[in-house]
Amino acid sequence: MKMTFNRVLLAGVIASALVAPSVLAAETLKIAYIDPLSGAFANVGEAGLKHFEFVAADINKRKLAGDVKFEIVPFDNKVSPQESLNVLKKVEDQGIRYITQGNSSGVAGVLIDAVNKYNERNPGKSILYLNYAAVDPDFTNSKCSFWHFRFDANSDMKMEALTDFIAKDPKIKKVYLINQNYSFGQAVSRAAKEYLKRKRPDIQVVGDDLHPIGQVKDFAPYVAKIKASGADIVITGNWGNDISLLIKAAKDAGLNAPFYTYYGGGIGALSSMGDAADGKVKQITEWHANIRPNKTEKYANAFDAKYGGPPANISFYYLRVNNEMYMLAKAIKEAKSTDPKAVAHKLEGMKYEADTGEVEMRATDHQLIQPLYISTAAKAYHNPKDPKTAKFKGTDPEVKYDQDDSGYGFKTDARIEAYVTVQPTSCHMKRP
Amino acid sequence: MARLKYRPLNLGRWLVWGGTALLMILLPQILTAGFTLTLLSQIGVGIIFALSYNMLLGQGGMLSFGHAVYSGMGAYFTVHALNLISKGAFYFPVTLTPLIGGVAGAFFGVIFGYVTTKKSGTTFAMISLGIGEMVAACSLMFAGFFGGEAGISTNRVIGEAFLGISYGPSIQVYYLIVGWALICMVAMFAWTQTPLGRMANAVRDNPERAEFVGYDTHMVRFLTLVISGFFAGIAGGLSCINYEIVTAENVGALRSAGVLIATFIGGAGFFFGPIIGSIVFFTMVTAIGSITQAWAFYLGLLFLVIVLYAPGGFASLIAMHVPVIKARLMRRLWLPYSAALATGIALLAGLVSVVEMTYHFSTEAGANPNMKLFGLAFNVTHAAPWAVASALLVGGFIISRFAWNLVGRTWADIVHILQEQSA
Amino acid sequence: MEFFLISMLNSISYGLLLFMLSSGLTIIFSMMGVLNFAHASFYMLGAYFAYQISGWIGFWPALAIAPLLVGAVGMAVERYGLRTVHKFGHVAELLFTFGLAYLIDEAVHLIWGRSSVPYAVPPSLDGAAFTLFSTEYPIYRVFMMAVSISMLIGIYLTLTRSRIGLVIQAALTHPQTVETLGHNVPRVFMLVFGGGSALAGLAGVIGGNAFITEPGMAAAVGPIVFVVVVVGGMGSLVGAFLASLLIGVIQTFSVALDYSFVNLFAKLGITIGPNTPLAALWDLTISQTAPVLPYLLMVLMLIFRPKGILGTREG
Repeated sequence: MKMTFNRVLLAGVIASALVAPSVLAAETLKIAYIDPLSGAFANVGEAGLKHFEFVAADINKRKLAGDVKFEIVPFDNKVSPQESLNVLKKVEDQGIRYITQGNSSGVAGVLIDAVNKYNERNPGKSILYLNYAAVDPDFTNSKCSFWHFRFDANSDMKMEALTDFIAKDPKIKKVYLINQNYSFGQAVSRAAKEYLKRKRPDIQVVGDDLHPIGQVKDFAPYVAKIKASGADIVITGNWGNDISLLIKAAKDAGLNAPFYTYYGGGIGALSSMGDAADGKVKQITEWHANIRPNKTEKYANAFDAKYGGPPANISFYYLRVNNEMYMLAKAIKEAKSTDPKAVAHKLEGMKYEADTGEVEMRATDHQLIQPLYISTAAKAYHNPKDPKTAKFKGTDPEVKYDQDDSGYGFKTDARIEAYVTVQPTSCHMKRP
Repeated sequence: MARLKYRPLNLGRWLVWGGTALLMILLPQILTAGFTLTLLSQIGVGIIFALSYNMLLGQGGMLSFGHAVYSGMGAYFTVHALNLISKGAFYFPVTLTPLIGGVAGAFFGVIFGYVTTKKSGTTFAMISLGIGEMVAACSLMFAGFFGGEAGISTNRVIGEAFLGISYGPSIQVYYLIVGWALICMVAMFAWTQTPLGRMANAVRDNPERAEFVGYDTHMVRFLTLVISGFFAGIAGGLSCINYEIVTAENVGALRSAGVLIATFIGGAGFFFGPIIGSIVFFTMVTAIGSITQAWAFYLGLLFLVIVLYAPGGFASLIAMHVPVIKARLMRRLWLPYSAALATGIALLAGLVSVVEMTYHFSTEAGANPNMKLFGLAFNVTHAAPWAVASALLVGGFIISRFAWNLVGRTWADIVHILQEQSA
Repeated sequence: MEFFLISMLNSISYGLLLFMLSSGLTIIFSMMGVLNFAHASFYMLGAYFAYQISGWIGFWPALAIAPLLVGAVGMAVERYGLRTVHKFGHVAELLFTFGLAYLIDEAVHLIWGRSSVPYAVPPSLDGAAFTLFSTEYPIYRVFMMAVSISMLIGIYLTLTRSRIGLVIQAALTHPQTVETLGHNVPRVFMLVFGGGSALAGLAGVIGGNAFITEPGMAAAVGPIVFVVVVVGGMGSLVGAFLASLLIGVIQTFSVALDYSFVNLFAKLGITIGPNTPLAALWDLTISQTAPVLPYLLMVLMLIFRPKGILGTREG
């Protein structure tokens, strides 16, 4: 697949080289990576950076953007919205025209505003913002911007997919919602109630907890409450320690209900949950290491060989980073220019054959429409013939790879096609 | 300085203030490197904030772990005010909006202050911590006012430009900050000279005696907190104009800790201490933060060293040399100081190498064991660089002890001479 | 009924863990007058040491060795840090421990990385101890409670029955007299600080795998521990015990209460809509505010009874 795609692109290179030889002269395109590289969330930022550096090297090696070389320039924003603005000023000063960021919708919202203002006040020096993980639906609705593209499915799309899957299971009668009390957690709770009501009015929401983010040390009381409610399943958008602690407390109390999560497989989550996750934690993602067919397998293995070792133990996780960068490369080639405005026009509406199927950057709101996978955590397969799997304990060959060296991986429950996740948008985009 | 002080025209003071003002105005013209303006604006706001904090810590003897509450609330009220102004709800010049922040800061000072200032010392520290945690937790619960995770954003460019000032370009915002910083600095300095400022000192040093003399110590502390909240609110308002957004971090514990560290590093015992502190703090966070991930480690270490060995901060280090220079004894110090500097550099080089190598080792040893430090390239998985770095660290530590002893002895001599001179 | 009993057990076990954490702080505070900001960092160190040691030689040796190591670190901190700043007063001591907490956090990042480490409950303590109605109660929580209670008894006996305990108590009120009697008071202080840190370390060994061992764990429990000490009464061990249980109960049971002012007003016949002034405040349920309640309790306590529940003196 990659080969044919490569060949197509190669043909494209030759064609474009014939048409406009001077525009795409050897040039280094700097992309500012703005995410936490110090402090509490540095592990997540560090992992993202590795993904970008790896894919940039791949693009440069295969000349996917023609003669344009990609260079990732990391900036530490300490997950602070204000610090991100300082960083953005640095980026402006250095003349970098592309930024990418993902961690925290708070930061993303600030960056969208700031980029809009900057581009308005400095026409001709505009900056393009590629968002790889901030999922607040507002960014492609009320706050949508010509200068912002999102490559992750937003939280409403993920909920559409999750509830679609839940609705098909007639045994599910009672659902419990537990989320962090801030914009994202509230959005998850609201969407879950709304979509479940639409798809399965008979399902009862037996609990809807919003707890302060990052403040709860002991989830046992919440689990006791879930248990008392008699819920069949739990839906949660919790991430970081809030998901790990919740899952561990559930296991301690012998709670059998599965958890439908957004970030149950997030970076480092499986390691800290350990066997509490086994069979209980479901996640919704655009990719995981054990999807079938897995066109990214070779790439992911190369990535893991480079970064998977101790002490960091980073597994390949963000397929969307690849989608983002390959699509950017394609847009640059099609636009025959690295000017953000021209590239943005090419990105709008772009259809691209990704490893998981065709994805489309919807022109109306700059939201990537892509297939998603629902999967359940399971013990990685112990293959007696493969010494590399010696410490794995699982028996299901489908769970071939573990994540973050935790001994646990994911097994696909369902693939949700891209069209299912499509949401209407209220975006009225102003185009320059 | 002391001689000049009581003349009708206080020449020394005019020189210092005039010099400061001139420097702040000229700096963006001298340092034109791209990012300086952002840093300078940060420092300007930081100076007001740290000076307001020092009203509590330095002048009032109240150690607060929740000062960001006042600046943060000031910032939130300013941002809401700016949004209302741009909607045309009422008219108010943007230049003066930090005042709204100030009033809000003072208002919350009144609300929280009366109960928190009953006691100073540890009780005050704890209660300020508790209030800080509460407000920070509330900021994520009440999305209507605090804007939740995304915060509240605004646009500082409102209406027609007045005399060419629209506050669009950041240089104009910088001068707005400079203007407010100078006014606040003068006002806060003047406050230290008022009877209330003096009483705050007395209450700090000996509350019992102040009480016996007939002052209500609680009231003095309360008023100090309200005024300090006012200036903190102004700083918050300015930061709101500068960033055009206010988020929950503005009331958070990290912000409170930051102002404490900045003030203490600069020197809480001197009026100008927090000014130095803000400069050092923001330069470290920004400049060193862009070079190394370990910036927080170095900042913490600097803070500890100051607490342990120079509790008066940088300001006290400067101040203690003034009499020595006057007595023309500095030449005695040059030799011990150069010894201390040389050994200190060795120690620092060892420390930085060990820290940077450990960071590199723990984050990417597997993928990329090669790193560059001080222009030298080496492999962190090899033993040799570790041996060199630890030798530098340990050796540097041992020889710096000798150098420091020499400094200590010389200082003892100098103090002796100074005492004899004054006797 | 089931919910009530399970919640009661949960609140007691959480309260006992809080007590394990805060007992060391209370002892240090009552003996030396130092409110140790870095106390939670010692808790974190305990968890990380235990993770490292249990990886080498198993959980049970780690249970003994890790607290001792943390105690040694604590003694070194007292000897080379606190003692130096002691002459500058309590505020300087507070600031020193504040800076120390910052530094320990960064050092943990440096050594063990940014992510959580897989420090797991040992297999022998994994599983359910008993089943109450339909809910399993884990062995590990029972173990936590047992350790905590034996610790309380141990501290009590040490302070009241042993020779060193008596010297410590005497040094607390009459340091000069104790010194003239030939006891080395600074050394006693060093032991007290080391002992208090070791208790925090023990709490870390046990709490680290019950919850998650990660670099943010110190910052997460730090403020709560202060609340316990302040509410319990500055310097009262029994007060800290009561306060720990109280906070455990408050936090656990408030989670269950989905009541807000809206319900209350509805009972009174007043309807609250989204347009009512302060709607966001009235709409907040008690369960949403659960983790903030301890701070509220502390602020109220400091305002109305600064001595705390059983405190003998004000801060």
